[in-house]
Amino acid sequence: MKRRYVAGSLAVLGAAALAAVAVSASTAGVKKAQGASAVSGSITFDGVWTGAEAKSFAAVIKAFNQKFPNVKVNYKPVGDNLPTVVSTAVAGGRPPDMADIAQPGLIQQFVTKGALKPITYARGVMARNFAPSWLKLGTFDGKLYGLVFKASNKSTVWYNAHAFKNAGVKPPKTWPQFIKAAATIKASGVTPFSIGGADGWTLTDLFENIYLRQAGAAKYGQLTAHKIKWTDASVAKALKTMAQVLRSDSMVGGTSGAVQTDFPTSVNNVFQNPPKGAIVIEGDFVPGVATVKAKAGTDYGEFPFPTVGGSGPAVEIGGDTIVAFRDTPAIRAFVQFLATPQAAAAWAKRGGFATGNKHMSPSVYPDPITRATASAVSKAKNVVFDMSDQQPGSFGATVGQGEWGLFQTFLRNPSNVKGVQKQLESAATKAYKKGK
Amino acid sequence: MGSGASITAEPPPQAAPPPAHEPGRLARYGVGAIFLLPAFVLLGVWIAYPTVYTIVRSLFSQSGSHFVGLDNYKTLFTTSTLLTAIENNAIWVGVVPAVVTALGLIFAVLTERVPWAVAFKTAVFLPMAISAFATGITWRIMYLQDPHLGAVNALGRVFVDAVQTPGVLPSALPSTQTLSGSPETGLVLKTPLHPGGVALLGLTAIAPQDMPPGVKPAVRPAPRPDAITGVVWRDFKPGGGVPGKVEQGEEGLPGVKVSLQQNGKTVKTTTSRADGTFTFSGLKPGTYRAGISKATFNKPWGGLSWLGTKLITPSLIIAYIWIWAGFAMVVIGAGLSAMPRDVLEAARTDGGTEWQVFRRVTVPLLRPVLTVVLVTMFINVLKVFDLVITLAPGSSQNAASVIALAMWRYSFGGVNDFGVGSAIAVFLFLLVIPVLALNIRNFRREV
Repeated sequence: MKRRYVAGSLAVLGAAALAAVAVSASTAGVKKAQGASAVSGSITFDGVWTGAEAKSFAAVIKAFNQKFPNVKVNYKPVGDNLPTVVSTAVAGGRPPDMADIAQPGLIQQFVTKGALKPITYARGVMARNFAPSWLKLGTFDGKLYGLVFKASNKSTVWYNAHAFKNAGVKPPKTWPQFIKAAATIKASGVTPFSIGGADGWTLTDLFENIYLRQAGAAKYGQLTAHKIKWTDASVAKALKTMAQVLRSDSMVGGTSGAVQTDFPTSVNNVFQNPPKGAIVIEGDFVPGVATVKAKAGTDYGEFPFPTVGGSGPAVEIGGDTIVAFRDTPAIRAFVQFLATPQAAAAWAKRGGFATGNKHMSPSVYPDPITRATASAVSKAKNVVFDMSDQQPGSFGATVGQGEWGLFQTFLRNPSNVKGVQKQLESAATKAYKKGK
Repeated sequence: MGSGASITAEPPPQAAPPPAHEPGRLARYGVGAIFLLPAFVLLGVWIAYPTVYTIVRSLFSQSGSHFVGLDNYKTLFTTSTLLTAIENNAIWVGVVPAVVTALGLIFAVLTERVPWAVAFKTAVFLPMAISAFATGITWRIMYLQDPHLGAVNALGRVFVDAVQTPGVLPSALPSTQTLSGSPETGLVLKTPLHPGGVALLGLTAIAPQDMPPGVKPAVRPAPRPDAITGVVWRDFKPGGGVPGKVEQGEEGLPGVKVSLQQNGKTVKTTTSRADGTFTFSGLKPGTYRAGISKATFNKPWGGLSWLGTKLITPSLIIAYIWIWAGFAMVVIGAGLSAMPRDVLEAARTDGGTEWQVFRRVTVPLLRPVLTVVLVTMFINVLKVFDLVITLAPGSSQNAASVIALAMWRYSFGGVNDFGVGSAIAVFLFLLVIPVLALNIRNFRREV
């Protein structure tokens, strides 16, 4: 009789949370059987994903709610201003429950401040599904704080298929082949490279890809942590290699044009037909940025960043890391769920997503190019996170300053390797000192 | 001074509680206090508290946990990017208010006399109705360097190209080292030729879509005893081909002006045929050189780098003046129409020229209005931000930076250092105070 009454009130009130409390209070047996639905509560989640990406994340939340019907996730699409919004909220003492942050440097700041809660409880499920290097990406000051949920492969190169066909070149595998292909394309009358130099991060990404391959992942890590100096010989070598791309006669608009070209324009330069440039070097998100009509395969194609000096397969990723500012059963359940293959698949089948989750089948990815770029992420032995994103913001992520600004200086005069190295070193020294 | 004035201009009534034995005054002040309370609460919450907090915050470190004294201010005056921002703001303050006021005055005086004044005024005032954000984006597109994209350079190109006509093969380069010189100076075949010789002039870096219409496969011409024959062709086929060799799949370049030189002087010129071949016939024995003149390679004007680090601040200032000139014109125009006409008439009757009337009567009478415009512009320019962040591309933002932009960049734009950000805000606040004080004094005087 009592239980019937409870059921009736559920129908009348429709208050799931109330019912969960009532049911678990009345019968212990039910609680044991439905452990997932016993977890209840709500989570506020600030994220960078807006538009289509926000819809995809809503699909992930929906999959989560099938398991945990009593947890409500209130996702707020903040967009690219997320660092501003969340930093301000943290400074004001009212952070959201969870957030996804693209800059590990910012996560480090929050960890230093003590604003974040460790997610050690998710270590088990993460270790089952991800390679150790991925757990390392979420570890700060020796503790697990983050889960890289959505990754992007930043070691991809995109090209105009017509330009390659007219010039008679094939996607190159090694750096010398790459440079030779560029010369042939140039002789065919198409400018080989389209560089989005107004956005400094496109330049740091290029440098990082060269450095990762030329100097190796170990040195990459040391340079990221500023344990070796920017005046190191390995940096000089990478910059000189990079200068082979940044020749004024090989870039759309020449040097002064490239410095003012923003990233979306640099993509359109290559994706339009006839193209202004044949090759744009950026991550797997390139086709999503193009606003001109182009078809995968017939109009454009992709190849992995060429090997430098016989380097093995290595992938640089960017990614959105899930962090938690509070620790409640509901948050624990959500974080643990996000580490499962089901969570990854919920988004992956909708496209624009790559995961390091090794138990998600690549067949989930919607098209061949995504399958190739995304499975490179979970398969590569050497996975490193975008270097500039890991550095203190003043050095690695400020428009026109620090690394971004100095690589623009380098783009303006690629012969000045030594001078740029010195400036990078002094800017880094300042930024790392301040970050403490 | 009446009692009404004392209510508006005196400090809050709480500051001086009236004696309790005057019930009438108590009630009156009570009502005043109730009316003032919402304003005070809002001012306190939105103005006073944030100001005090910003000043306090400027004395703390990035994380906010350490007191650092004046270190953040030291950073402000020792960091080169921040010094650039201060310097730029000084340029803005020096140029913009004066130019805007002067332009506004000129427009206002002129529109009094022209037909279509309303249309003209509307056109000048219209930019005020557009948000600075949209203005920034629009001007950024107009300033683009490529004359195909940027309106400003497209206009410049019309003039420059009229002086120097672009050539038929602006992007072409010599395919081998046998051609000496450069596209900028003209190309000449290194090997000397004698009648009966064949000149091979191979060019590359010509896009398929830039090929002239009606091209034919390139042909290596047969030598002729009394003539020098040759071919100009696109020395490229998919994969590259062998440079310097006329191969199958390579096309001739028609319509290229080829010249024949002897002892450094041009003796003959001709134009290549559809298959790229050309012939200089009826030659006397001797040594000749064949080449292509630089006119063929004249590049269309590439445009000025308005958004580059050198020109960015002038570019910004032009866009900013475009926005605000209308405001100045309208305010000064209102002042003009309120001016007593009989004074002007009197001046003219006394034999003053128009210039004298303008200089000695109109401008002095307009002084209060001009001051208002100047002061308003000073404040606007000190806090300029939205136009700079939208108009200047990331690569030029260091060079374009102004104090308000530096404040935002330090606080939110990646550095996330609220300490230095607050210090910049306080500095900006200090700069605005004298101008504000001047403004308040002017208002008082008018009341």
